[in-house]
Amino acid sequence: MNFHLTKEQTLFEQMIKGFAEKEVKPLAAEVDELERFPEETVEKMARVGLLGIPVPAELGGAGGNNVMYAQAVEELSVACATTGVIVSAHTSLCIAPILESGTPEQKKKYLPRLASGEWLGAFGLTEPNAGTDASAQQTTAVEDGDNYIINGSKIFITNAEYAHVYIIFAMTDKSQGVKGITAFIIEKGTPGFTFGKKEKKMGIRGSATSELIFENCIIPKENMLGKVGKGFGIAMKTLDGGRIGIAAQALGIAQGALNETVKYIKERKQFGKPLSAFQNTQFQIADMQTRISAARLLVRSAAFKKDQGEKYSADAAMAKLYAAEVAMDVASKAIQLHGGYGYTREYPVERMLRDAKITEIYEGTSEVQKMVIAANLLK
Amino acid sequence: MNIVVCIKQVPDTTEIKINPVTGTLIRDGVPSIINPDDKAGLELALRMKDQFGAHITVITMGPPQADNALREALAMGVDDAIHLTDRKFAGADTLATSHALAGALRNLSCDLIITGRQAIDGDTAQVGPQIAEHLDIAQVSYLRKLDYDGKGTFTIERTVEDGYEILETEAPCLVTVLSDAYPSRYMTVKGIMEAYAKEVKVWGFNEIEVKEEVLGLKGSPTKVHKAFSRGVKAAGELYELDTDEAVGTIISKLKEKFII
Amino acid sequence: MENSLYKGVYVFAEQRNGEIQKVALELIGKARDLAADLNEKVYAVLLGHNIASQAQMLIEHGADVVICADAPELENYLTEPYTQAMCHIIDQHKPDIMLIGATTTGRDLGPRVSARVATGLTADCTKLEIGEDKHLLMTRPAFGGNLMATIVCKDHRPQMSTVRPGVMQSLEADAQRQGEVIMAEVPFETKKFKVKLVKSVKEKSNKIDISEAKILISAGRGVGCCDGLKLVKELAETLDAQVSASRAVVDCGLVGHDQQVGQTGKTVRPDLYFAAGISGAIQHLAGMEESGYIVAINKDKFAPIFQVADLGIVGDARQILKQLNDRLRN
Repeated sequence: MNFHLTKEQTLFEQMIKGFAEKEVKPLAAEVDELERFPEETVEKMARVGLLGIPVPAELGGAGGNNVMYAQAVEELSVACATTGVIVSAHTSLCIAPILESGTPEQKKKYLPRLASGEWLGAFGLTEPNAGTDASAQQTTAVEDGDNYIINGSKIFITNAEYAHVYIIFAMTDKSQGVKGITAFIIEKGTPGFTFGKKEKKMGIRGSATSELIFENCIIPKENMLGKVGKGFGIAMKTLDGGRIGIAAQALGIAQGALNETVKYIKERKQFGKPLSAFQNTQFQIADMQTRISAARLLVRSAAFKKDQGEKYSADAAMAKLYAAEVAMDVASKAIQLHGGYGYTREYPVERMLRDAKITEIYEGTSEVQKMVIAANLLK
Repeated sequence: MNIVVCIKQVPDTTEIKINPVTGTLIRDGVPSIINPDDKAGLELALRMKDQFGAHITVITMGPPQADNALREALAMGVDDAIHLTDRKFAGADTLATSHALAGALRNLSCDLIITGRQAIDGDTAQVGPQIAEHLDIAQVSYLRKLDYDGKGTFTIERTVEDGYEILETEAPCLVTVLSDAYPSRYMTVKGIMEAYAKEVKVWGFNEIEVKEEVLGLKGSPTKVHKAFSRGVKAAGELYELDTDEAVGTIISKLKEKFII
Repeated sequence: MENSLYKGVYVFAEQRNGEIQKVALELIGKARDLAADLNEKVYAVLLGHNIASQAQMLIEHGADVVICADAPELENYLTEPYTQAMCHIIDQHKPDIMLIGATTTGRDLGPRVSARVATGLTADCTKLEIGEDKHLLMTRPAFGGNLMATIVCKDHRPQMSTVRPGVMQSLEADAQRQGEVIMAEVPFETKKFKVKLVKSVKEKSNKIDISEAKILISAGRGVGCCDGLKLVKELAETLDAQVSASRAVVDCGLVGHDQQVGQTGKTVRPDLYFAAGISGAIQHLAGMEESGYIVAINKDKFAPIFQVADLGIVGDARQILKQLNDRLRN
């Protein structure tokens, strides 16, 4: 048993903290306020290798691991949850399925470009009528010679028009139910592939979230990811990994809110003394820190198990379930400790609470996490 | 071109605080960092590497934990690292330090030696020029810009009080760099993964050619006679007033002191 | 080394473009005290080209002897010719003490000379005195300014130290003072001259010498960047003062590095130092605590700046600046 970061992870922590503080944090309020996708940050992250952390060096990545990836998403989210989810969706939802299920040709074609950040990745599973019930896919892929013709639409897609590569799920055989779902790699610019409505969101407002529309979109068969009918398994496996990223994002939001609170309560004075001198305040921050530390252990252990090639599905679900709950709770308490100021946009905790809510919803709602955890217990 | 960058691991003095009661230094939990001027030196070297394909060696003298600073430099992109450490070097002042470093540098072939202008824990700005003297090469301190013609000539802008000087010199030479001259790059994730796989050469007294009498405490002409905590100035008057009263108090005090 | 062969308190009389720098006169002022304690003379070392005429000024400010090397090689400061000249003079005259201004010139020259003559050099001393055993006690801040260390150089001569401009005080010029001028011929080894001065560029660009200011209004993180800085500038205008800043404000790029007060910036001792929103990191305090009168405004009652302030106000620096300025203008 060893709870220490490795030497590499320790050095990485130093780097990512500095990067988040200097490059990401100064933009966070603006990106939120203007609903602006931080393209310049993506470029900077690409330069230092943050967009290909767990990709092996021979495929153009950094040769890192999932613990480091979780560290990265956490620290980026301490500063700006929008930036955290850009990396998470790119890495967990696009790079990971290609890495795990792609053919050697697909890996060679896509991974170096994705890992270097030349291309950004996205993932499309959710549809207007297929949310938590992902099996109700209505997007279809019909075989046509060497191609598939795709029709349908995907909603709430992170990285949307800023991505270049999309992992898309479609029904190849409706009669088979979930066994009729197949995954495809689709590139931006493919005829018949367009973007629909851009969502106006409560939080993570800088991340681009749009609808993807496929109208007789012709995809060559070599772009099928995995085998025909194996799409649902790929989607579920991908979401297992994605949950580590979102759990890390939630953890980062919570830590960010606590950091802001500790700073504030030392400065703010009421009744002649700083808020930090009141025992109620001290008890509050003690609870916040305890829960954050517990969430971090869950996140790191899920990532560690993934790195070891062990089963981690339930661990990732527990990490996400708990970290998302902690994020909501800590951000809400942080506002309470900030008082009226905390409710204004003068202080970042207001944004953090709005950002926190999505972590209970996407990549499986908290209820879905409980289903996964329970299923693991009852099998 | 071979470039050697000398770096020092220092406590992040911006994080050091004073205990308001005892007036002593709180050093617990103060992180160690690469000295900011030295980090700019690393960046200058890395840009030379990007542009001219230079080979960069980083060297530090210090205790075992200074290894971290070398790993960080490796993760930023330097090629080789040397850790100069020996009990015989301990207690060195700037002159004795410069002898040890110069001894190590004699083992290397270098066209350009880069140091930071000064370290934030000592602020002496001496080791660089003293190394240059021991190696009998030219020095340019307070560098804010360096251009290389690719053929051995450096054109250097050197900051001075009322502007800057443009100087020209040939390799080999030593320059000392200002921290804001070259804002340093981040370590890359790939660099971090490779940093610990690389070998850091550890050199002691036996690996360098320097007479023992110029090293360490024994070789240091300057000695600390005494160290003391700075006397806390008698506290003045402190008021918590509303803005209006505060302004009134300031104005009357300044008048009392004949400042306005 | 036979220390008794080394006599006299020497000052490197730095000149730029033929103009003696203020720090040289300050060091001569200090050298007078040291020389009195040692019962020795004060020597000024003047290096340059066509500068012999400046020797009288050094005498008027307290030098007993001026050793002048006047040569075209010394027209502009370059490390090697100046080092050769200094080392030649040290070799010929054997100084007990050598004081050098901690300017960009002095901090380039000092270490090179100390390494060549194999002696110690103590940087940025804030206090110089003669100890009981006639050694020079050189006190300097260490560790960002909180810790003070007194350094001695017992077995090597000269005892060298650099001192920042503004730390010592010069004497009033005395036109009646008499002294001796010795011209030195330096046997230059020109093959060691490897650095060429292409040109000197003056950057006026509102370069302000805050170390000369009588009143400094100093901005810290607590006034914020853009608009807070405007309030500081307005008050400075009203009081005919200059603007300085803490490192935090300089780092955000709105104030030049030449206006930074502190360990890595400048040491200042104005009559009034007005610290607005500066918490007072020890590096900062080291650069301003000698000021005549210190007013500090900060939100945090426990800010270290209040330990050195003569008048401390716990409050919002912006509001106070604004109202103070309004009241002073009316």
